[in-house]
Amino acid sequence: MDKCVPTCDEAVADIPNGATIMMGGFGPPGFPAQLVEALRRRRLRDLVIIQCGGGTEDYALGGLILDGAVRKLISSYPTHPGAWALRDRYLRGEIELEVLPQGTFVERIRAAGAGLGGFYTPTGVGTELAEGKEVRIINGRPYVFELPLSADFAFIKAHRADRWGNLTYRRTMRNFNPIMAMAAKVVIAEVDEIVAVGELSPEEIETPGIFVDRVVATERHPRLLRRT
Amino acid sequence: MPLTREGIAYRIAQDLPDGSYVNLGVGIPSLVLQFLPEGRDVLVHSENGILGVGPKAAAGQEDPDLVNANGDYVTLLPGASLFDHALSFAIIRGGHLTHAILGALQVSRRGDLSNWKVPGQRVPGVGGAMDLAVGAQRVWVAMTHVTERGEPKIVEACTYPLTAPRCVKRIYTDLAVIRVEGEDLVLEEVAPGVSPQEVQACTGAPLRLTADLREMPVPAEVRGVPLRTP
Repeated sequence: MDKCVPTCDEAVADIPNGATIMMGGFGPPGFPAQLVEALRRRRLRDLVIIQCGGGTEDYALGGLILDGAVRKLISSYPTHPGAWALRDRYLRGEIELEVLPQGTFVERIRAAGAGLGGFYTPTGVGTELAEGKEVRIINGRPYVFELPLSADFAFIKAHRADRWGNLTYRRTMRNFNPIMAMAAKVVIAEVDEIVAVGELSPEEIETPGIFVDRVVATERHPRLLRRT
Repeated sequence: MPLTREGIAYRIAQDLPDGSYVNLGVGIPSLVLQFLPEGRDVLVHSENGILGVGPKAAAGQEDPDLVNANGDYVTLLPGASLFDHALSFAIIRGGHLTHAILGALQVSRRGDLSNWKVPGQRVPGVGGAMDLAVGAQRVWVAMTHVTERGEPKIVEACTYPLTAPRCVKRIYTDLAVIRVEGEDLVLEEVAPGVSPQEVQACTGAPLRLTADLREMPVPAEVRGVPLRTP
């Protein structure tokens, strides 16, 4: 078993127009920028992107939006100052935007990965983000029903990997990555380093290789991003 | 005299007991940590998966894999732990944080909170605001008492989009400390030299006065940082 792919371009070569793609990352840590740049080179259309932020400047996700490749963004906090590509397209009516509370965003992805049909959360009750959603009283408290959220592909970023797709993370690289790795049909991991099977200690493997389909090693931090 | 933004943060820091697990929002809440009394173990939580956030990293010492929820390159305290976003929001929503200290656009007399979106804001973005407001054991608001245009932020009913209903327990401003008790706002403290009548005059809902009313215990400065406006 060898899930290693030589380049990011090969790792994303089979993604079709209209695909739904999750991207991990919160700020630069854990954001698979090289995979996203390779995706830009594919010149695809009508993509649905699931990412916590709204892209930064004209690079990676910001660039993908600027290029007109994205039909819809499902996000939580896409309003940081660097997200001007999204802002401009959204205000011109050229991109759909669905905004979710951050805990609901990640839990919907977790539910999909864990095989659940959804969940009830107290977050959002009584606000405009719960409008039109089922509300149920449980033990005297109102909860909003939220559906699972899955994707065709997940781009994730980890620190070290082996050829079986076992992954470790450092510092705040985890964020959405271990969760998104469970929730897509094809999971592609961009990593800092690939090591031999057996070199990662079983205790430190946060994402077991069962969730991962492709692994590609890239140069670390080719461009520091304040936000994804 | 009204407090400075640092003065508000100082006042809040005195109320965080040893053993607190706290999420600090952007703005005034982010200033709280530096004013914690010596020897108090208070762990700061960050949405992107940290318990035990330390000070910002010195220039040149940034770890490119380590940021807080505000996107700042930070450090970790000894004893810090790291985890993924699902666990991070289980900590929040599951009621494990002892305190969330949040900024606000408006707070109503019932403790309704508006802090994520102003009317007419053209691109929406909510982040972790709603989860923190419903999940933390105590939601405290840190804000200036009135807007830049002098309008009250403490109101009968919020006119800005709600973050969560009935979640705020206490409001710390540059003029006062106010406790939310059912549908009542109880004036607990006033800033040095500020009268209860002056606080009421710039508050959009009635304040209840009690015999326990006291002056906010905030010195003019600590370590050279002014806590009261001149």
